[in-house]
Amino acid sequence: MTDQTSPARTPQRLDEVITGGIGTSPLRPDGTLKVRGEFAYSSDLWADGMLWGATLRSPHPYARILSVDTGPALAHPGVSAVLTHQDVPGENIYGLKTADTPALAEDVVRYKGEPVALVAADHPETARRALEKIVVAYEVLEPVTDPERAAHDDTLPALHPGGNVVRYQPIVQGDPDAVADVVVSDVYTLGMQDQAFLGPESGLAIPDEDGGVDLFLATQWLHVDQRQTARALGLPLEKVRFTMSGVGGAFGGREDLSMQIHCCMLALHTGRPVKMVYGREESFYGHVHRHPAKMYYEHGATKDGKLVYIKARMYFDGGAYASKTPVVVSNATSLGTGPYEVPNVRIEGWGLYTNNPPCGAMRGLGAVQPAYAYESQMDKLAKALDMDPVLLRQINAVSEGSTLHTGQVLDSPAPVAELLERLKRLPMPLENRTAPADVRDLPGGISNTTHGEGVVRGVGYSVIIKNVSYAEGADDYSTARVRLEVIGGEPVAMVHTAAAEVGQGLVTVQQQIARTELAVERVNIHPNDTNVGDAGSSSASRQTYVTGGAVKNACEAVRDVLFAKAARRFGERPADLSLVGGKVVSSTTGVIADIADVLGDDVIEETREYHHLRTYELDPVTGQSPRVHVQHAYSAHRAVVDVDTELGLVKVVRLDCAQDVGKAVNPDAVVAQIQGGSTQGLGLAVMEEIQVEGGHIRNPSFTDYLIPTIMDTPPMTIDVIERADPNSPYGVRGVGEPPTISATPAIVNAIRNATGLDLTHTPVGPEHICGPAFARA
Amino acid sequence: MEFLRPSTWDEALAAKAEYPSAVPIAGGTDVMVELNFDRHRPEALIDLNRVPELHTWEIDDDVVRLGASVPYTRIIDHLTDRLPGLSLAAHTVGSPQIRNRGSVGGNLGAASPAGDAHPALLASGGRVEVASVRGTRMIPIDDFYLGVKRNALEEDELILAVHIPSATAPQQFSKIGTRNAMVIAVCSFGIGLHPETGTVRTGIGSAAPTPRRATDAEEFIAAELADAGLWASRGELAASTAQRFGELVAQAASPIDDVRGSAAYRRHALSVMARRTLTWTWNEYRTAGRAAA
Ligand SMILES: Cc1cc2nc3c(=O)[nH]c(=O)nc-3n(C[C@H](O)[C@H](O)[C@H](O)COP(=O)(O)OP(=O)(O)OC[C@H]3O[C@@H](n4cnc5c(N)ncnc54)[C@H](O)[C@@H]3O)c2cc1C
Repeated sequence: MTDQTSPARTPQRLDEVITGGIGTSPLRPDGTLKVRGEFAYSSDLWADGMLWGATLRSPHPYARILSVDTGPALAHPGVSAVLTHQDVPGENIYGLKTADTPALAEDVVRYKGEPVALVAADHPETARRALEKIVVAYEVLEPVTDPERAAHDDTLPALHPGGNVVRYQPIVQGDPDAVADVVVSDVYTLGMQDQAFLGPESGLAIPDEDGGVDLFLATQWLHVDQRQTARALGLPLEKVRFTMSGVGGAFGGREDLSMQIHCCMLALHTGRPVKMVYGREESFYGHVHRHPAKMYYEHGATKDGKLVYIKARMYFDGGAYASKTPVVVSNATSLGTGPYEVPNVRIEGWGLYTNNPPCGAMRGLGAVQPAYAYESQMDKLAKALDMDPVLLRQINAVSEGSTLHTGQVLDSPAPVAELLERLKRLPMPLENRTAPADVRDLPGGISNTTHGEGVVRGVGYSVIIKNVSYAEGADDYSTARVRLEVIGGEPVAMVHTAAAEVGQGLVTVQQQIARTELAVERVNIHPNDTNVGDAGSSSASRQTYVTGGAVKNACEAVRDVLFAKAARRFGERPADLSLVGGKVVSSTTGVIADIADVLGDDVIEETREYHHLRTYELDPVTGQSPRVHVQHAYSAHRAVVDVDTELGLVKVVRLDCAQDVGKAVNPDAVVAQIQGGSTQGLGLAVMEEIQVEGGHIRNPSFTDYLIPTIMDTPPMTIDVIERADPNSPYGVRGVGEPPTISATPAIVNAIRNATGLDLTHTPVGPEHICGPAFARA
Repeated sequence: MEFLRPSTWDEALAAKAEYPSAVPIAGGTDVMVELNFDRHRPEALIDLNRVPELHTWEIDDDVVRLGASVPYTRIIDHLTDRLPGLSLAAHTVGSPQIRNRGSVGGNLGAASPAGDAHPALLASGGRVEVASVRGTRMIPIDDFYLGVKRNALEEDELILAVHIPSATAPQQFSKIGTRNAMVIAVCSFGIGLHPETGTVRTGIGSAAPTPRRATDAEEFIAAELADAGLWASRGELAASTAQRFGELVAQAASPIDDVRGSAAYRRHALSVMARRTLTWTWNEYRTAGRAAA
């Protein structure tokens, strides 16, 4: 056993003091470090004497494992351990919503890349060489790869005991057989998008003398990782301690386990610290992606453009394991009308098991897919009605008090029509460029494919709806511990949560809240770990809302203790006291003391949770629910594109956004979220797709899985409005996901506007613009 | 793995003679990717970064002698006038970081059909100066590419420089990728006008096992220009001529279907790029003539 309990290269400490309370935009404490390349990510973790772990993965999408021979690998010099499912100490099963995933495959592999065995060795290359010496005999089976067939064809093999349907959810409202003057329909498909975070999956596990293990890692949700890992390790929670290390992006891709159980198994088995870091290609196999979808949509409207009905059937390919598939189905069906009032609705959603790569959480979960379809439909309907597409959206837009097709009434502002109006009023970019044009402004960019030949311009709009926080009855809460004490004569607050900073700026927001609530200059952030209560995931646009709420609650509790002390000492009533600029102030007698004086040597520490309003499940037959989502968020985009119609290349010229954020706790961070989200949505519109063929990923690299560069990212005017939600802390509304969702359909609508094409698949590639004869094989 | 660090050209040649399987490393933008992806574990690396003559260029008469390791950024900054086609191609290579390190010598060493320098070199013409302890030889660029990622170097040879004629007339380079920067070519095309010989040279990238010229297209356009006396008159080029040229370029390719694009799209895109770049170069040639007149 090692006596080391923490790594030499530790999780990044963020000691830099920031300034500013809520509503201001202090510089984030990790910003400069990240820009300078000095930030310590989880892949930088290091412990003396550590071993390196590596994972043997299935080369087949679907196969029976006949035998595994680890002998030759164990005999390889430098190898300390070779483990298989037989070495999983606890239950060999985990999963976010449904426990259906083995930590290491037993008798069957269900996707290419599924972990089969583990190696620990003294060098990463030794570990990889040893992997090649593990002999696995497979009986290769015909993979299930078509999700629509998986939904309806009982002759296909059942990949899991309950069959291939992970979840089926219908939602029915009004008269589903209503008739309308004008009807448009189409079948839309959306490709598999990757989160494309830059920091690969990585962690360092250090075994402890108590038989437990400490894991330092990058994740989105410490406690859910801890619970699943402890179960597989057969250890009580207190013996499986997780500490956050620098996270290099997440976007949903770190919500499922990757190396957590494996790294701990190797450390416990060898008694030595073990580090695991995935390479880029392995990372493409080692995390879930966005569900690809096939969506049948039909919209009916009156001649005046009022929506009469929407009928939709949607299929989501969850791949080999369930992960977040049930939630994708509920989000997609419950948000599948878009932010519109529709009297008659029948929407059905299926989430399926196949032998394709597993799909799970990604920014805009389950809302991205239908938004592409319903916003395509709204443009198609506008065309059929010969109506302005913005006006069509506005006359059907929901507003506060509207009832959605689930029966849920919108109980807070929903300024959908206003967002569109504001966008419409923004100035348009110039059409006529001065000659000779700078090729960087044209489709093809620096690649110099056109000097204006074949280029046409188009404009497209979209507006979308997204739920914020977890839904359907989940007790979605967060915990914060706040400590107030005097250090060096100055009152200092320490905020301790398990909430993951994944780049969104939560570290800054937590400090801003504590500064505002406690009126102190210095606020420190404790490293995130499992020594404090659950914070839930950094997903669903929820952390400023939920963890922000917990920090606020804990600060208020600390303040109450402080006021009680001050009241006792100075003969004041606690109710009369407030904090201003480091001082306790009475509404009757004015400044009564410095916070530091009141505190003296005392330390006030309070832990509080924040629970949002209760939500309720969708009825399994009707899809009705009094409150399926605690909050909705809305964003609208206007895209301007230039399309080289001969070569099928697109330049997004401008991507403007209007979004309601309730309350901008950190206005610069809000704008940054919208810029980043819009760019990720742009990726899905014109380039980002994991190409899967027969269960195999054809482009598992950043050479062939393309994400936007700065040259693809257009100028953006971002119009942020703040209509407070009375139910949320400070009135905040989730920010991070909506712009990802609305950017994609706005861009595709703009390409349609330029070309007149139907474009029923996103991302739109040259083959879709130039014609099916050019489809990639 | 051995790491050899010669500080002179002769030491580098001696090292390569002694370790023929050793992999030379210049900017490292190909080599390091191969190593990091675990695709290749050479017995030895020969670091060429200390050899001074690889990093310089000379201009003799009408030929630029470009040291093998001169990075793309310096070509763009210093040689755009003389090597406009190569400079345009250099602009499209990777990102600023890659252009600061990557070199034409490395592109030739890797000999990937997708290398962006190749169509430009084929279109301008030139010779690759290679050497070994046995001596030096000049390989015409047309004979340099032998197969997918295979070039005409012998085991013990290294590339010292590329001799490229200075442009006497407009050149262009164009490349297809599904993003607006930092993209491997789906296919690419280079073109150079050579009025002194009455020829037009071309280079096709990423649409055959090797970079190659479109000879039929070159012969067609040379004949068209000669027959109509256009080199001297600098008259207008008929749209149908540019169109036909494009078709012939597309025919010269033998592309494949792969994850980056289909063979059909590659052919189509080549015909469009060839038509457009011919038109650009010809119009520029005409304008230059009028300016001179
Ligand atoms: C992110 C990224 C983007 C890229 N984008 C592009 C792109 O857009 N277009 C493109 O064409 N390429 C691209 N590349 C590939 C690479 O940058 C180019 O091929 C570059 O020209 C290689 O030059 P280098 O000096 O870095 O070569 P190195 O990596 O050092 O060497 C490349 C090969 O040439 C050999 N070699 C090097 N010097 C000599 C010599 N003097 N004699 C004999 N053999 C030699 C090496 O042994 C090796 O086989 C990209 C690479 C990366 C990592």
